[in-house]
Parts: sequence; structure tokens; C-alpha cells
Amino acid sequence: MDKDKENCHGLLGDLSDYLEGEADDAVCAEIERHLESCEDCRIVVDTLRKTVYLYRQLPEPELPGEVRERLYKTLNLRP
Amino acid sequence: MTRVENSTGNNDRDLIERLQAGDKQACADCIERYSPRIYGLALRLMKNEADAEDVLQETFLSAFKAIDSFEGRSNLGTWLYRIAYNTAMMRLRRTSPPILSVDEKMAEAEQGYSLPQQLFDWCCLPEREFATEEVREELERALGTLSPALRSAFVLREMEGLSTKETAGVLDISPSAVKKRLQRARMDLREELSTYFAGHYGNGNGQG
Repeated sequence: MDKDKENCHGLLGDLSDYLEGEADDAVCAEIERHLESCEDCRIVVDTLRKTVYLYRQLPEPELPGEVRERLYKTLNLRP
Repeated sequence: MTRVENSTGNNDRDLIERLQAGDKQACADCIERYSPRIYGLALRLMKNEADAEDVLQETFLSAFKAIDSFEGRSNLGTWLYRIAYNTAMMRLRRTSPPILSVDEKMAEAEQGYSLPQQLFDWCCLPEREFATEEVREELERALGTLSPALRSAFVLREMEGLSTKETAGVLDISPSAVKKRLQRARMDLREELSTYFAGHYGNGNGQG
């Protein structure tokens, strides 16, 4: 990231579309070319992907039984 | 396919008709279908169980009261998320310190992000290192450090699986604003997690 800061900054700005597969071919090619030569940006992209992956795997918080019961009560309904 | 669409499909239309006809069983069906996800969103926005429960109750009270005005432009799940999000934000505005209001943080959320500082490469640690309760707690803690504006965009888009357009509809912002918030949220979370993993596995600090 030190050698070519301007390039790195530009690349990081385009990452959202790239990670979602929405960046056009020219942008993808440019990003991938840069990643081959810039270890720091390669690490940022890889750990960014992994970050999103870990959150997608995270289980939904559980709805406690007593919270569900109180919800029904508040709404004057029966489960 | 979003989590919402996965479990509802065409059944929503029938459910909405029954809700609009005042069918009490339909209210119970709606609660069974959507309350876990609404509670999950509320808990991640409010960061405590008591407030999350209040948001959950207010969401369904408001939704059932307003069901006649629901025109089906979005799907039922997205509409409920929107009510829950607005209810949560109203509460956060009431409790947020006036010095840096929730709305100021909203504007800040769409500005740029700072350059990455943590460059520890943790992405290829063995999978078993990620499948622990401690890492799950760290993920929730890191999420809690984001502002509500960033957190809501990230939770809806990445964790609840809404599309960018659906997320924009829930948050009442443009799709490009959603993308900016997501970019910043992902970068901030990456920074938090990198600090955590560097502390555990980095040179000289590690347990392993």
C-alpha cells in the first residue's frame, strides 16, 4: 500500500461492486492486475471477503420463548 | 433469494388478505413467520434485549393497525422490516446523546472510509478457528461498534439477505447510498476483526 497509494485508494473505492460481482470487466481486470502486484491490497480484499462470509454464516439471534409469549399477550392474541 | 422470500413465496398474498379481513389466526401466522427475524434485527440495532422486545411489540402493534393501508408494493417481510427499523431509529434518536445525533452519524455514514490500518492476513486460518463461541461473540461485538446507519444497512443486506433495492426501500435511501454504507461497514468490520485476529494469531501476540 506504500508504493502506490493512489492506485490502492482507487481500488478500495471500487471494491463493493467487485465483491458483489457487479463491477464491469475492465474494472475487474484492473483490480486483479493490481492485486497480483500489491500484497497489502490482496490481504485487504481476502480478509474483506472472509469478513462478509463469517457474518453470513452467523446464526440469527434466538427469539426467547417468554418474549414470544409476551408479544402474543400484548397483542391480545393466543399462540 | 432473500431469507424473506425463501420462507414466504406466494403465501404472503393469502396471509395479507386474511390480515386485512381481521382474521386473528392470520395475526398469529404472521407473528410465527416473521417475529424471529424482526427480533433479530431489533436486537442488532438496539444492542439490548429489553429495547429489542419493545421494538418487536411496537412493530407488530403498528403493522396490524396499519395493515389496511398496505398496498403490496413491497413484500410483507420488507414492510415489517421497515416498520421495525423506523421504530428502532425513533428510540435511538430519543436516547442518543445530543452531541452527536443519530442523524449526523447518518450523513457521516455515506462519506468515505479511512484506509485500512490492519494488514494481518487471517483469511486462511483453519476453518475450525472461526467456528467458536468466542469468534461469534467477537463478530457481534464488532457489529455493535458500527453506527446504527451502517449497522442497519449491513444487517439487512448481508445478514438478512435483502437485495440492495430492498435494503434501500427499508432504509428510505437510494441504492447508491446503501452501497456506500455497505462499503464503509464492511471495511470497518474488517478492521475490527483484523485487530482481533492479529491479537490472537499475530507474531509475538499469539496463542497459536
